[in-house]
Amino acid sequence: MNRKLSWFNVTSLTLGFAFLYLPMLILIIYSFNASKLVTVWAGFSTRWYGELLHDQQFLDAAWVTLRVGVISSTFATILGTAAAYVLVRGGKFFGRTLFSGMIYAPLVMPEVITGLSLLLLFISIGLDRGIVTIVLAHTTFTMCYVSVVVSSRLMTFDQSLEEAALDLGASAWDSFRLVTLPIIFPAVISGWLLAFTLSLDDLVIASFTSGPSSTTLPIKIFSAVRLGVSPEINALSTLMIAIVAIGVITASLVSKGAIKRQREEELAGNRT
Amino acid sequence: MNLRRLFLIAVPYAWLGLFFLVPFLIVFKIALSDSALSIPPYTPTLDLSGGWTSIKEFFQGLDFENFVFLTEDSLYWKSYLGSLKIASISTVLTLAVGYPIAYAMAQSADEWRPTLMMLVILPFWTSFLIRVYSWVGIISNEGLLNQLLLGMGVIDTPLQIMNTPTAVYIGIVYTYLPFMILPIYSALEKMDGSLIEAGVDLGCSKLQAFWLVTLPLSRPGMIAGCFLVFIPALGEFVIPSLLGGSKTLMIGKVLWEEFFSNRDWPVASAVAVVLLLILVIPIVLFQKNQEKAEEAGR
Repeated sequence: MNRKLSWFNVTSLTLGFAFLYLPMLILIIYSFNASKLVTVWAGFSTRWYGELLHDQQFLDAAWVTLRVGVISSTFATILGTAAAYVLVRGGKFFGRTLFSGMIYAPLVMPEVITGLSLLLLFISIGLDRGIVTIVLAHTTFTMCYVSVVVSSRLMTFDQSLEEAALDLGASAWDSFRLVTLPIIFPAVISGWLLAFTLSLDDLVIASFTSGPSSTTLPIKIFSAVRLGVSPEINALSTLMIAIVAIGVITASLVSKGAIKRQREEELAGNRT
Repeated sequence: MNLRRLFLIAVPYAWLGLFFLVPFLIVFKIALSDSALSIPPYTPTLDLSGGWTSIKEFFQGLDFENFVFLTEDSLYWKSYLGSLKIASISTVLTLAVGYPIAYAMAQSADEWRPTLMMLVILPFWTSFLIRVYSWVGIISNEGLLNQLLLGMGVIDTPLQIMNTPTAVYIGIVYTYLPFMILPIYSALEKMDGSLIEAGVDLGCSKLQAFWLVTLPLSRPGMIAGCFLVFIPALGEFVIPSLLGGSKTLMIGKVLWEEFFSNRDWPVASAVAVVLLLILVIPIVLFQKNQEKAEEAGR
């Protein structure tokens, strides 16, 4: 299919992507503004990046956010993959409907409700709020995203491969470890990345479940921008956008290469 | 049943039970309690040491007072209605903005599609908070948009967009646009192009062919996209609190303030319970729509 786009389609694509990207582009440009007044251009400067790197509060918050993100997304990946495996391959078991409901419900739950309910739980069991409670909260809501990603992969791959392994004498564990896991591994990785991004991004649930000594980056950003535009936040946003853009583009290039290789292997396999 | 399978089922089950189900029961319970000047700031608290009588007292202390209070104070029902109104209007706006983009993507050449897809998904990976914040510098009174319009002489006084519902609409359309584009695009992409050709051959104008063939075929995608925008927009907190100002009433913000500023936990919990009950309707409808789409796809 190689049609020429009509002017209407070209216009809607141009306007659409301008709408999606211009605000972020403006943010990036103004992060290099020398003036403290963020809407007046006063020449190019990297001053705000310097101030950001010397702001101990921001660095502390970034460190808390990173630790919470890595730990919670790792737990979430393990639990979410287990949950996906149980849902897709587990057959019938007691309370399966409740289980799948609990997997899908957090996806549509407003964050204010998730945050409030977890906080009330932590208080009623007497758990002090801090990094531990944020990790528990983030693991809970991100594991559901992981299990959706992983279960969609589990549903599409050929189950007879697992059966073949079992027929050839592998134990259930070996067949999972040697057959299933390598096949679903890309989905597990994207599940981890999704959980990590969601954890880095979360303001509402972290605000409910964090204590005074465990401020995360989004909480810090939110309290700074509540008062209006801040040049330091512009610099921080630019850094975060840059990291994400590099990450996503690299990932897509890697997966493009992987798909190409897979296709070539399939072609080679068909020929023999 | 072997032990490993039991373990595999039990661990995520127990985790979700403890950190998802039990917290909700606590919210329901506190919604039925009374606010009090103590730690924790509600009464009654369950005290098992008193045996049966204290359990009985505990249940006698629960009532629907907070829910009655929600109907009496106009702030709450105005906020629920405000949320419903803002979520509905922004869903329609997102559909109007997203449909032409999804349509153009589906019409574009095959080799362009992965790149266009990535360009739509990329903002989703960037921080939600930053994307909302990026509009503050544009639409505020001293913002770029007003400077531009004042400079061109289009307006004499700055437009007041910041801290109005308009700013919230912009924020929601901007942040949820990918959720609208992707399902519509996937519906349009699957469509058989020869159907349009058949329509044109049979005497339809291009516009008629679009209206009679393309639009109905993309309906499941449109419905899915609308729910994916409407459901999260209803409980939205970040957008109204950064862009909406104090006059834009949305229930997510009211719940936040009830909890953090007023420290009235029972009322905050009651607000959460009612919001949940409202959300059940669109969620069930969405589920039905997805099941129907899946069956049609088979």
